[in-house]
Amino acid sequence: METSSSSSSSSSSCMKWSCENGYQPHVLAVDDNLVDRKLVEKLLKNSSCKVTTAENGVSALEFLGLLDEHNQHTNFERSNEWQQRSKVNMIITDYCMPGMSGYELLKKIKRSSKMKEVPVVVVSSENVPTRINKCLEEGAEMFMLKPLKQSDVVKLKCQFMN
Amino acid sequence: MEVGLMRRQWIQYIEGLIHEGTLDGQYLQLLQLQDESNPTFVSEVVTLFFEDTEELLNKLRIAISQPPVDFKKIDDHVHQLKGSSSSIGALRVKNVCVDFRTACEQQSPDWCSSCLQQVEQEFYGVKEKLSYLYALEKRILNAGGSIPADLSF
Repeated sequence: METSSSSSSSSSSCMKWSCENGYQPHVLAVDDNLVDRKLVEKLLKNSSCKVTTAENGVSALEFLGLLDEHNQHTNFERSNEWQQRSKVNMIITDYCMPGMSGYELLKKIKRSSKMKEVPVVVVSSENVPTRINKCLEEGAEMFMLKPLKQSDVVKLKCQFMN
Repeated sequence: MEVGLMRRQWIQYIEGLIHEGTLDGQYLQLLQLQDESNPTFVSEVVTLFFEDTEELLNKLRIAISQPPVDFKKIDDHVHQLKGSSSSIGALRVKNVCVDFRTACEQQSPDWCSSCLQQVEQEFYGVKEKLSYLYALEKRILNAGGSIPADLSF
């Protein structure tokens, strides 16, 4: 997906639109590093996003309601919690995490019937082409390098959260 | 001291930290995230970094001093430290971490010990310098001033 050269004007107009309408996309940010979690939370909040953070893949899956296959068919759907979960507009995950990696989390999300349409962005401090290709092939909408800047988040919001 | 003077001191101090390579442009990015509604965001996040790193350094000291040395574990800790120091712009700390990871790859206990010493030195150095900066920020805020955000150097 290419961003056109007029992206800066379309970015500012889409920001204006979302502010006027009080539209607050809900982003789930997954990172095992506390400092990075705080930063990504701030970047997202500065872009008028509602943020939920998770420190590992398992908590993320739990929040998304993907952890227990059985739960997908229970009264869960009627609770407020489920309403909240079903409205996650984007997931940002770090690639390198102990236990379940960001790549494994990405796979689980993209292979689920419930959440496969939710855009997933993978971030990493390391620029490894094979890693990037792997993620894009598995359905990640984007791969970005850490540390993220405010302009990166504005771009993500415009491309995936409208 | 008058607010304008303190703000100029603050700017000069940060400029100095950047020129000497203690901090890099990432720190300036963080300053842009801060505003009047949240004027201590950066000092709060960096303080978290200080606390987090103290714990990591403890774990590293223990891991290095216990034979047989678990290089994988050490590398995991260093990877964490590399990430967080990079995220807050602590350039020298990050650079030592790059060497440290190579030392782990080479599985050299001596090289690892030396890297640990260096990373401690750089960490305590940046901690001291930023602590001074945050004390100055507090004085600026208490005097009713604001912390500069958009720095161009």
